[in-house]
Amino acid sequence: MLASGILGISQDIFNGLYHHNIGAVVTKSISTMPMKGYPNPTIVPLGNDSYLNAVGLSNPGAVAFSREIANNKEVPLLVSIVGSSEKDFPKIISFLDSLNIAGYEINLSCPHVSKMGIEVGDDPEVVSKIIKTIKKHTHKPISVKVGIGRVDVVELAGIAIDAGADMITAINTVRAMKIDSNSMMPVLSNRIGGLSGRAIKPIGIRCVYEISKTLDVPVIGCGGAFTWEDVVEYMLAGASAVQFGSALVNRSEDFFIKVTRDLERYCEAKGLKSIGEIRGLAHRF
Amino acid sequence: MERSEDLLTDSNLMRLVPIEEIVMESANVKTLIFKDKLSSKAEAGQFIMVWIPRVEEIPMSVMVSVNIGHAAVSVKKYGVGSTALFERNKGDLIGVRGPYGNRFRISKKFRHVLLIGGGTGLVPLLRLAVKINTLKIRCTMVIGAKTKNEVIFEDYANNFLRDTRRNVIVTTDDGSYGTKGTTVDAMLREIDNESFDCIYTCGPEKMMKKVFEISSTRSIPMQASIERYMKCGIGICGSCCINSWLVCRDGTIFGNRDLSRMSDFGTAIRDKDGQIILI
Repeated sequence: MLASGILGISQDIFNGLYHHNIGAVVTKSISTMPMKGYPNPTIVPLGNDSYLNAVGLSNPGAVAFSREIANNKEVPLLVSIVGSSEKDFPKIISFLDSLNIAGYEINLSCPHVSKMGIEVGDDPEVVSKIIKTIKKHTHKPISVKVGIGRVDVVELAGIAIDAGADMITAINTVRAMKIDSNSMMPVLSNRIGGLSGRAIKPIGIRCVYEISKTLDVPVIGCGGAFTWEDVVEYMLAGASAVQFGSALVNRSEDFFIKVTRDLERYCEAKGLKSIGEIRGLAHRF
Repeated sequence: MERSEDLLTDSNLMRLVPIEEIVMESANVKTLIFKDKLSSKAEAGQFIMVWIPRVEEIPMSVMVSVNIGHAAVSVKKYGVGSTALFERNKGDLIGVRGPYGNRFRISKKFRHVLLIGGGTGLVPLLRLAVKINTLKIRCTMVIGAKTKNEVIFEDYANNFLRDTRRNVIVTTDDGSYGTKGTTVDAMLREIDNESFDCIYTCGPEKMMKKVFEISSTRSIPMQASIERYMKCGIGICGSCCINSWLVCRDGTIFGNRDLSRMSDFGTAIRDKDGQIILI
C-alpha cells in the first residue's frame, strides 16, 4: 500500500500506481477546508534513508478532492481524513462517501499540526467520540492511524477498536527535529516535525507486534518499510498489510512490481501458498 | 573546518554555503555564486533546493559558474522566497541540496540546435550552451524579454558558445532592443530558414506550449523544462505533479512524447494546497 501523505493528491498518479501492482492507495489527509500547509522547508532529508517532515497537512479540502477522485474506477482508495473536532468528520465524509472508495484512514496522529492529529489522539475520550461519530455516517471500513504520543499506542488502538474502528494503521511519523550546526537554526519552518524512514522501522515493528498480540484486529504496518524483507518483518509482527512512504523517494512506480515479485519468490522458497500465512508468526516467541 | 564525509557525498543532505559573489544581471535579477562541489557537477537542466534560512526553500536551476568547484543560482525578485534570496548579501549563508532531476539530452551527432528562453528560464539553457560549445554543435539561441532593461545573459550566451558556430538573437516585445516581437516569432523565422536537430526551451509555460505545438507540427524534436510548485524535490510529496508525472523526479525536462500526453501542460497548475488552477 501507499502510505498517506505520499504522492496523494492526483487521480492520475493513483491510476499510475494501480497499474504497477499496488494493493491500495491511502490519500493525503483531507480536511473540511483547503489547507496550504507550512512554508518550505517542509521535508528535510537526514541521510540513511530517513526524513523529517512538517508539511502541515496541506490538502485541497473535501470538496475539491471529491472532484479529483470522482471518476475513480478501479483504484482501491483509502481516503485519509483529518479534523480538529468530531464535527469535522461527518462533513468530510458527506462529500466522499458516495464515491468509489474502499474506506477511510483516520489520521489521529499527525505530530506537527496543533489541534489536529496527535493532540486529538492524545485524548482517549475525543478519539472514542470521533470514531463513533464517523461510524454513524459511513458503512465503509475505517482504519485508525495511531502514533507515538502521550497515550500508549496499544491503549489507543484498543480505544479505537472499542469505539468501532475496523482496523489500525501503525505507526505515523515520530515527533523529531533538525537544527543546522552552521546557521544554528531549526531547518523545518515549523521547527518540529515527524521522523520517517529506516530510523523508525523498529518502532513500527514493535507497535504492530504489541497491538496485534493484544487485539484481534487487522493491523496495517507503516514506518520505514523499504524492501520485501521489511514487508515480511511487519507481517511476522502481525501486520495484514504494509504501507510504503519514504521508500518512494526518487523511485518510480516499478518499485511495487519488484517488491511483489520478490515476495512471491519468498513464498515459493518457504513453501507458502500465500504471504498471509506468516502473519503474526513472531507472536509464538 | 572540513565538512563531514557524508555531506560531501550524499547530495540529499543540505550543505550550508556562504554566498561568495553577487552579480547584478538586471534591476531585478541577481546571480549568486557559491562553492559546492556537488552542485558544480550538475547536468544542464538539473536543479537544487535552496534554503533561505528561516524564510523559505525554493527549487532553482543550477547556473554556470566559471570557478572550479563552484555553482550559482540566478534569482528574480518575485515571491517571498525569491525576494529574500535576492536580498541576501555577500557572506550570507544559504543551504543547498541536490542536484535533482533529469537533464537535457543531446547527441554529439546533432549539427544544429535551437535554444529558446526568456528571463531566468535561460539558466538551464546556458548550462546546456556550455555543453553544446564543448561538443562544437552549431547553435542558434533566442533570448526573449519584454523590454531592453530586462534583457539578461546575452553576454554569457556569446561567451559560453564562443568555440562553436553561433547566432544569439535577442527579441523584445516593444522593440527597444534586438528584434521586435516574441521568441516564438523568432523561432518561426529560424525554422523556416534552417533545419534543426532539436529545440530546447525554458521560460513561461505559454511560450513553451507554443514552441511545443509548432515543433510538433513541423516534426522537430523538442525538450522543455517545466516548473511546478515543489516541496520535497525528491519525488514523495506529489506537489509538483503534472498529470501522472512528477516534475522533480521525472523532469524537469520533458520531450515531445510526454508533453503530448500531458493535458495539464500549458493549461493547469496546482496550488500549494493541491487545488487545480487553470492558467
